[in-house]
Amino acid sequence: MLELAVVSGKGGTGKTTFTASLAALVKNKVLVDADVDAPDLHILLKATKEQEVPFYGMKKARIVQEKCISCGICKQVCRFSAIDVIDGRYVVDQVACEGCKLCFRKCPRKAIVMEDSLSGHWYVSNTPYGKMAHGILEVGEENSGKLVTIIRKQGMFLAQKEKADYVIIDGPPGIGCPVNSTITGLKYAIVITEPTQSGLSDLERLLDLMEHFNVLPFVVINKYDLSPSKSEEIKEYASKRGAKVKGLIPFDETVVKALSEGRPVVQYAPNSQVSLKIKEIWASIEAEISPS
Amino acid sequence: MVITVASGKGGTGKTTVSTSLTFAVSSIKSVSHVDLDVEEPDSNIFLKVPIQREEMIWLPLPTVDYSKCTFCGVCQRVCEYNAIFVFKNNKEVKVFGELCRGCGACTAMCPYGAISEIQRFIGVFSYGKRGNISFYEGRLNIGEYVATDAIRWVKKRLSEINTSDITIIDAPPGTSCPVIHSMKDADYIILVTEDTPFGFFDMKLAYKVAKKMDKKMGIIINKALSGYDEIRNFAKEEDIPILMEIPFDRKFAKSYADGITLSAYSDELKNKFLDVFSYIEKEVHNA
Repeated sequence: MLELAVVSGKGGTGKTTFTASLAALVKNKVLVDADVDAPDLHILLKATKEQEVPFYGMKKARIVQEKCISCGICKQVCRFSAIDVIDGRYVVDQVACEGCKLCFRKCPRKAIVMEDSLSGHWYVSNTPYGKMAHGILEVGEENSGKLVTIIRKQGMFLAQKEKADYVIIDGPPGIGCPVNSTITGLKYAIVITEPTQSGLSDLERLLDLMEHFNVLPFVVINKYDLSPSKSEEIKEYASKRGAKVKGLIPFDETVVKALSEGRPVVQYAPNSQVSLKIKEIWASIEAEISPS
Repeated sequence: MVITVASGKGGTGKTTVSTSLTFAVSSIKSVSHVDLDVEEPDSNIFLKVPIQREEMIWLPLPTVDYSKCTFCGVCQRVCEYNAIFVFKNNKEVKVFGELCRGCGACTAMCPYGAISEIQRFIGVFSYGKRGNISFYEGRLNIGEYVATDAIRWVKKRLSEINTSDITIIDAPPGTSCPVIHSMKDADYIILVTEDTPFGFFDMKLAYKVAKKMDKKMGIIINKALSGYDEIRNFAKEEDIPILMEIPFDRKFAKSYADGITLSAYSDELKNKFLDVFSYIEKEVHNA
């Protein structure tokens, strides 16, 4: 069994479009959506939830007003500016609180309690393409890395149960905490980029990160014909970094139409240039990786 | 006045909109542009402001004075982030910098005063000026987890040096902590969405955040198509204005690929962004 993530650095380069096409193309797999901040794959794959589990992140502080003597020590020690004074009362800003407990430890009246806070949910769902693990964070929550780790574990568990060959992971954008949690321990990841200056500069940062985690990148340039010269620059850059460019996908309105219809493009328009290209790219990647 | 440009989904055109708006406004008055997308700051690819100063973004990091340390283990016990470990047998205290949030609990709780703090370098804050545009950017180091801390640092520094009446913020994607910090001081929020079910779903998440914070806001639909009405229906139901629709057009995608703002690309679009700006100005001042 092999875990394979689709990541991008920059958002909107076509990660989910590509992952959805893999969902339709790859046989014997389970799916994972590791973007818990703005998850989309479940919409496109018309997922129906089978199991829903609440996710509790870090405990957060609350001030018990009856015990508080307004000494202000909590506010003094908090490095996250998470204690506000409203109408003379000390209250914790739940969004800013990082759960470090220093106020709880320092309060001379023991007026602060640490409480569980619901940070999100994770799900196991059925899709026409197989089982899928995914999740969503509550608005304004952090700890997305922790939730991603849980969802990935759930994906592995499903894969064992279903005897799947692949776990296909749709990654979050960026290079921060949730991306680290998505790619850590992987052997390979597919990087979807686009021929723009932002695409290139985000690719540089992402390849640095992958090197850091020892993950082998397969680069795919989406919408390559928007700027053939930039695509050429990305190709050169990638090969300089020792990353394999696995293919170039043309810019095509069919992709947006397929999205609006809520279907993977390889199914919506199987003989379009885009679909043929995606199939070719997957064949070339699959030839190189052998699931064990 | 602070305008934050946010989106939920990545790649919907936040940077396109924020830089085009900044560019348009700069043709009539001075404006500050702040790139708070510290994981992938891309605004300056379009604004091309020469960077005049760079500063280190840092978090406090504990360091142990072994002449005072008794290896009692309190620091390890009070650390909620598992960033400090005491190896009693080896007489060693190990600090894992990349996990440390700089909360100061170990320093404050050490019974022997054996912990002091040094600076841990987590990113770079840079700024510069070109014509009417003052530009500020935070950039997180590769492999760092602490986007929120970097954003907090940048905001604090900005409160000291940014004197402009108009500030436009390019927010990170998503709806988590970093986004909230980017929206907190906004007088107006522009939600950028693309005209697809994905864009719509994620925009609703961002909308929920902004609404919870009781912010004024409007929508800009990027890559607008005909035939998908859900975003427009939603805007009508929730009574949020659609400030502008940018058509789905290869020309615009290409101007983006070439690193040119829409306002620099076409006078017509520049004027539309100026209209959006004066509308927002009125909305904010009528509050």
